[in-house]
Amino acid sequence: MDLENQKRIKSLAEEYGPENVVVILGGAEAESSGLACETVTSGDPTFAGPLAGVQLGLSCYHVVEPEVKNAVNADVYDEQIGMMEMVLDVDEIVAEVKTYRTQFGKYL
Amino acid sequence: MGFAVIKGISYILAHTPDILVQHGAVQVATRKRNPQDPYLQQLQDHLRPYNEVVAYPANQCYIGNILPEALSDLPQPWYEHRADAERLGKYGDILSEEEFYALLQYVDVFDLVQLSPEFVAAYQDKFNNHPVLGSLNLLQDANTETMAQMQAFVDLHQAEPLILNGELVGCVKQAHDEDENLSGHIMLENLCAKATGVIAVLNLKTQGIDLSTVDYIIECSEEACGDVNQRGGGNFAKAIGESAGCVNATGSDIRGFCAAPAHAFTTAAALVKAGIFKNVLVVAGGAVAKLGMNGRDHVAKGMPVLEDVLAGFACLISENDGVNPIINTDIIGRHTVGTGSSPQAVMTCLISKPLTDNGMTMLQIDKYSVEMHNPEITKPAGAGNVPEANYKMIAALAVKEGLLDRKQLLEFVIEHGMPGWAPTQGHIPSGVPFVGFGRDMILNGDINNFMMVGKGSLFLGRMTNLFDGLSFVVQKNPGITADLSIDEARIKQLIAEAMKNVAHNMLTLEQDSAK
Repeated sequence: MDLENQKRIKSLAEEYGPENVVVILGGAEAESSGLACETVTSGDPTFAGPLAGVQLGLSCYHVVEPEVKNAVNADVYDEQIGMMEMVLDVDEIVAEVKTYRTQFGKYL
Repeated sequence: MGFAVIKGISYILAHTPDILVQHGAVQVATRKRNPQDPYLQQLQDHLRPYNEVVAYPANQCYIGNILPEALSDLPQPWYEHRADAERLGKYGDILSEEEFYALLQYVDVFDLVQLSPEFVAAYQDKFNNHPVLGSLNLLQDANTETMAQMQAFVDLHQAEPLILNGELVGCVKQAHDEDENLSGHIMLENLCAKATGVIAVLNLKTQGIDLSTVDYIIECSEEACGDVNQRGGGNFAKAIGESAGCVNATGSDIRGFCAAPAHAFTTAAALVKAGIFKNVLVVAGGAVAKLGMNGRDHVAKGMPVLEDVLAGFACLISENDGVNPIINTDIIGRHTVGTGSSPQAVMTCLISKPLTDNGMTMLQIDKYSVEMHNPEITKPAGAGNVPEANYKMIAALAVKEGLLDRKQLLEFVIEHGMPGWAPTQGHIPSGVPFVGFGRDMILNGDINNFMMVGKGSLFLGRMTNLFDGLSFVVQKNPGITADLSIDEARIKQLIAEAMKNVAHNMLTLEQDSAK
């Protein structure tokens, strides 16, 4: 994950408390989405950014996961995400993100 | 005036493995953090020699020797299946690093590039038979400096090294003692952008284009030249025009991240259609910073570091000749400030809306030239297959609009899409790589049209969170027909003349009656 984004997420978690922060991912690939989820839950696996060794354990979902979809107005969701739902490998992305969330999430 | 036409386009690559190691942004940052970083050691074993770079099918496609369709038929990974390779292609050339260093020195007008006498002696006569470089006498007036002196400049951080086969053969000196905008590193980046732009323009001559006919140049790379008081002041366009011999042209730079070429093409087409200029050149050189950008992932996955070339292109946009494909500026897609940034909103405004507004559908565009990144570079880095993702998005949009059944999605991708083959040099893959093939396919009657789509990540500049994009349609030239209609301006002129006559007659009558 981009180092600047890591810095911003760390600072938001410190400001509002990690239990009050939810991260929603929009990445197009399962692998990179999984890496992003791992970064904000278990820490930066590349040990390059501000979240290296920092286990925030944030609640992290991809925007195509049912938990997010069910929380959004159906028309808005269709207008904003409907096209990408057709394009992305939703099952693969959900499986990857869920793995890290259930393993390292502290506020589920 | 009629629409502007695409008269010719060239594409060039310069193999620069040592610039990658020394000056690519990832390598520079890594070295700064830890000069002993294992990646920097491993990197050396993953660099490709020149002949492999020439034989790489994606590079052969970039210079026009392999059609996109033929590329997609080749087994992957392409780097393990070398093509029958010529360095010269239908649209351009692949330069070696020694040629590029000589060129870098040639385009430098401030004596910043120094080469060792040994380098000059070794290569002085080596380029004579080259169809473009041969006539330039690249090293005739080369600035030379001893290796010891150049090493001293480098050690004192007054110059950036130029390495060849492990040896220091040259350097790029800083252009100011204190101004960081004119540091050795920035000068090297800017001179590389200029050199790749110049050689792209010169390659147009091999297509029969007379560069003295160019009226205006628009440069659209992603570098910024200027000093402390006007960082990014420009003007690469005129500098490139000077080195390439466009003696009758002036020009300016257009910036917009990866969307800049789409803006540049549209502006060029508008200038020509308006009759302001007859021949406008759109040109861009390569980005040093992006060399080896995904090198860590390539090394980790045991593959060659494929981002080892600087790229450039030059395209001449001219007044309607009745033959070459036209840029239909009636069909312009644009991502506006109010569009929003969801992929759906972006694709709707760039692809579907401009077509619908002009009574067309997405199915009527034969090919889409989108972000044509080579997937072999991006996939190992977790960025996926970028062009394929774009085609799937266009197809999904067509499904949403009821033009396609969902089952036909992949069929659409194959029919209207292509594999990606361009190096990840930002603005270079952005819609431009297919313009040459597309122009020829329209001229040959293989397709009727294509849409060029440019997209840019403006948020990287931290001035806005917005995204950007622009698109236009290139289509078969219907030929020039005699225009028998009278336009509005002519009608106004006729009415004005008639009223003047009436006024004159009335005045004459009054004068007569007063007598």
